Amino acid sequence: MEAHLQHLLNAVVLGGTYALLGIGLTLIFGIMRVVNFTHGELYTFGAYMAYMLAGMMGLNFFMSLAMAAVLGMALGALIEFTLLRPLKGADIDTTMLVMIGAGIAMQAGEQLVWGGVAKSVPSPFPAEPVVLGSVSVGMNRLFVLGVALLLLGGFYLLINRTTLGVAMRATFQDPDTAALMGVNRGLMYTLTFALGSGLAATAGALLGPIFVVTPTMGDLVALKAFAIVILGGLGNIPGATIGGFVLALAEEFGAGYLSSGYRDAMGFLLIIAVLIVRPQGLFAMKERIG
Amino acid sequence: MRTMKTTALLLSAALLAPGVAFAQETIRIGVTQPLTGAVAASGNYVANGARVAEEVVNANGGVLGKKIQLIIEDNKSNPKEAVASAEKLIVRDKVPVLMGAWSSTFTLAVMPKLVEYGVPMVVETSSSTKITTSGNPWVFRIAPTSAMEAKSFAEKLDHFQPAIQKADFLAVNNDFGRGSADEFRKMLQTKGVKIGVTETMAPEATDLSAQLSSIKQSGGDTLFVTTGVEQITLILKQAAELRLPHRIITNGGSSSPDQLIAQAGAAADGGYFTLFFAPWFPEKAVHPAVAKTFVDGWNRKGYDFAGLTEGYRGYDGIMTIVEAIRKAGKAEPQAIRDALWTVKLDGVNGDIAFRKDGPEGKESGQNEANVYVVQVKDGKVTMP
Repeated sequence: MEAHLQHLLNAVVLGGTYALLGIGLTLIFGIMRVVNFTHGELYTFGAYMAYMLAGMMGLNFFMSLAMAAVLGMALGALIEFTLLRPLKGADIDTTMLVMIGAGIAMQAGEQLVWGGVAKSVPSPFPAEPVVLGSVSVGMNRLFVLGVALLLLGGFYLLINRTTLGVAMRATFQDPDTAALMGVNRGLMYTLTFALGSGLAATAGALLGPIFVVTPTMGDLVALKAFAIVILGGLGNIPGATIGGFVLALAEEFGAGYLSSGYRDAMGFLLIIAVLIVRPQGLFAMKERIG
Repeated sequence: MRTMKTTALLLSAALLAPGVAFAQETIRIGVTQPLTGAVAASGNYVANGARVAEEVVNANGGVLGKKIQLIIEDNKSNPKEAVASAEKLIVRDKVPVLMGAWSSTFTLAVMPKLVEYGVPMVVETSSSTKITTSGNPWVFRIAPTSAMEAKSFAEKLDHFQPAIQKADFLAVNNDFGRGSADEFRKMLQTKGVKIGVTETMAPEATDLSAQLSSIKQSGGDTLFVTTGVEQITLILKQAAELRLPHRIITNGGSSSPDQLIAQAGAAADGGYFTLFFAPWFPEKAVHPAVAKTFVDGWNRKGYDFAGLTEGYRGYDGIMTIVEAIRKAGKAEPQAIRDALWTVKLDGVNGDIAFRKDGPEGKESGQNEANVYVVQVKDGKVTMP
């Protein structure tokens, strides 16, 4: 029983970060129809910013976290402005290749600047875990889960309850009509990409102190984010949230009870199974665009 | 288009030419290490150790009247890249001898290329027993095998108080991790230690809570961990979060305890680490003077102290190669290989000499290396 509970707790904590990674990616795909191959690098960027601000410059960790998020958004806006905007109207393959190239260039840049040896971000939380009955969890992980849930809720409200959200959804459903109704499409795209990037950078900055920071840390993360997005249905924010938790549960229990060596394979097996039964993902409505 | 191609060709020829001319004046030694990727810290430390050796050798007049020149390639913590880097070093840089490739998986991937091109390689780190038993006569390993490490560890088993009664394993899912877990499991069984669970993890995995939760359930008192320093850092931190009651022992010699103290903090306390060089206690080295030359050279270059435990591998590896070149009297692959069998060298780890290992007629060289066990206590490294 104790083992089940500990695995469940681990999965919930992990699921929060997975969901955070997933919604950033799905937001961009949903609204812009762009597969963001720089997602993992933005995650890495956020972690290095946290290292630079909190680790090297000695700033307050929470302050660094906020700044890393803002810097991530700025970098996202820059990518949208310089790479994606000139490609408007280009086919999806061209855009995809440019984004893959950008991702490789960013990873090489991180390596050039920071070197290959792992860095560690100082954590403001005590090393002593929080003990809940027979199970325990690190304080820093609870903080990550809290922030993730807060951001997930915030984004849900932003998309569904605000004028900006209406404009974003309108752009998603029919860009031309949205433009005719007075929505500034260009602004929507920049904003969407910046927000999605900011989420990735935040996830990186949040997880930096828990894991170690390396130039290639984004590779596996990007792969997982794609998995989550496919699981939840492309472009579906609540879907990506649930997808994140489902993937975490599959990995945690798969590794705990079947075989830990294939932990990362568990999630992907699940995705194959889901795609066979529901090719559009768990929560996406049938494709209605294009 | 054609002019562009010609220009490109001319340009590359112009770029290559100085390198070729330079090759006449130096003896090149190829090094392939993981300078980036999942195990980058260790690869960089080993490469730095090799650079110290280059400096020490050249300051003492080089070998055969020539200076040595290292060509260090990044194998990106990836077996495919390891093969590509070795091939590049052999074919394009025309090095007569290699050192590499850190991980057993990378080394095993490179080994067929050594046979194909007939170039010897000194293996400085990899511990999988397979490397020297697979019948590759171009491989010379100075690092101890997992079996040798387990045997040395067995002699130290009585030092553990309370005694190890039931052991669990957490190993990286590759040749190094699985091989080491097998050897230690065998050794512990013969000593009457009960064996609990063996969990594995992908080399790039960062969240190990599922594995550690299962290990916690097993009820063992000691956890043997086999992986590189990055994952060891994560395991120590996550084990503390999950209140894992186990005593943690890492093997494989790639734990860089000072880096662990810096990055895992209090979570590193109480852990035991097997090492092949213990720079905190240079007086305990077999050849303290050799160890001192290495450590002084390392400090002169301003390298991180934490890297010494791993950096010695690069130093001993290059020194072994240089000694073989000196004995061969010429920098040619076949001659260097023959000379490697006759090398008798005082290394940082201890005496370096190769005995035959593997199937008859195709033996690989294996050195009898020394193993040390240190413990972290109150943020300091001690020798129990």
